[in-house]
Amino acid sequence: MISDKHDDFTPRITSFLCKWCSYTGADLAGTNRLQYPTSIIPIQVMCSSRVDPVFLIKAFLSGSDGVLMGGCHPGDCHYETGNYHTRRRFAILKEIFDSLGLESDRLKLSWISASEGPKFAQVSNEYTEQIRKMGKNPTRKSVFL
Amino acid sequence: MNSIVMKQDASTAIRELLAYLLSSSRVDAVLTMRQVPETGSCDLGLITDPSGMVEAEPFLPVMTANAGQALSSISMSGKRIAAVLKPCELRGFTERVKREQGSFDNLLTISSICGGVFPLEKVISGDLEKLVPRYIEKTARAEAPRGLRETCKACEEFVPMNADISVSVTEHGSLMHLHSDRAEEYTEGFEGERIEARADQSHIDRMMKSRSAAKGKLFQSLEKSSGLDGLVDLFGKCVGCHGCSRVCPICYCQHCDFESINFDYNQPYFQESLEARGALRLPPDTILFQLGRLTHMSFSCVGCGMCSDVCPVSIPVAGIFKKTGERTAGLFDYVPGRDSEEPIPVMVFKEEELGDIG
Ligand code: SF4
Ligand code: SF4
Ligand code: FES
Repeated sequence: MISDKHDDFTPRITSFLCKWCSYTGADLAGTNRLQYPTSIIPIQVMCSSRVDPVFLIKAFLSGSDGVLMGGCHPGDCHYETGNYHTRRRFAILKEIFDSLGLESDRLKLSWISASEGPKFAQVSNEYTEQIRKMGKNPTRKSVFL
Repeated sequence: MNSIVMKQDASTAIRELLAYLLSSSRVDAVLTMRQVPETGSCDLGLITDPSGMVEAEPFLPVMTANAGQALSSISMSGKRIAAVLKPCELRGFTERVKREQGSFDNLLTISSICGGVFPLEKVISGDLEKLVPRYIEKTARAEAPRGLRETCKACEEFVPMNADISVSVTEHGSLMHLHSDRAEEYTEGFEGERIEARADQSHIDRMMKSRSAAKGKLFQSLEKSSGLDGLVDLFGKCVGCHGCSRVCPICYCQHCDFESINFDYNQPYFQESLEARGALRLPPDTILFQLGRLTHMSFSCVGCGMCSDVCPVSIPVAGIFKKTGERTAGLFDYVPGRDSEEPIPVMVFKEEELGDIG
């Protein structure tokens, strides 16, 4: 299996962002002209809890170098409790990855509110850097998935 | 605890109890393993006629279907049913009740300290007849019989967790323990000496010792399938039949997502995958299927071993689900099937928890 560890590539980070907080936070980062990397590929969802962990696995197995899940801060979900469920499901997903020896660091959950444009830019930059160090996801080239 | 001393062997005694329950109209039907004496063929059966009890083999060490799954819809028929279940079948059923796929309302559950079951291949090969007498001897001595399902060898949950009646067989004889008011009520008038007794703890401890050792070995053996390459190796043989989820007592969805239009691979999908990778495995997404299923239900896995048993290409599905399931359930100190009042981890949350994750 191919594992390119040189860090001059642009990672592909599939990012599920909830409409009410994280996506709006990303928008704000844009309107404030904050720099954040092109690695982030945003997908708007109504709530983080709409995301079946299967979506995250699909993104991972399809060759995303990182998968980001963004939601409102705990207690602030537009649907009140959605993100508490997201948090449990995400913990379960990470545990599954760890138990099977898959790279669970390629999955990230982050709470970013609508007013946190700078936080969105910061998380994006830091996560991109972390993924770049990890190298390309071997699932990019693996056929037998 | 109030217990009934069984004069004959446990199977005969429970068969008599079941016949008594039917003929005294305390229950409408009995769910039990059956074996046709002439042919030796066995299945799980629902019996309403007391004369049908001759074929009942309540403790046959075989699981043709997880009875917890089978009991699901019939438990909601309004009929009163006495069901003989292996501990993991009872736990599977309990998990289904939590998902509103069954009810304890009209049910009398009978279980036993479980010696494990043989893989179905032993039934098909006709070896069962030879294996059973030795199995009975060995389990009575708390020794592990050879040739059991891998997950049975490694099962530490062999003591029923919430049965109305549990049976324990030791070298000192067999006992029927009555755990609930319902058990007392239903067995009223049934012959047999009543004594105050519990299952023999040293017997359980000895069984536990060999089970824990086997579990360690099983989990160790799965380590080699770890990582992406390991998984590709493991599920590379998968034919995508979805038999493993069909027989799972937890996977209850009538319309499984993985069989829905979401996974109806079409031309653009193939095109895209081929462009990205230059080749494509068929059937696709066998790893996604198992990883996805793990996220949906692993915390409820009761480790019965049905999935491995039906896998046509001998993938150790059950071992993987048991191992990973213990970890996902462990995140929430959850024990699947322990208590029907204990909520499924994904249905509830605490406001303050998992602080390090987001
Ligand atoms: S998994 Fe445990 S409870 Fe189930 S049949 Fe095997 S030994 Fe019995
Ligand atoms: S039973 Fe075996 S071959 Fe069939 S889907 Fe499950 S793992 Fe694949
Ligand atoms: S709406 Fe943002 S997490 Fe639910």
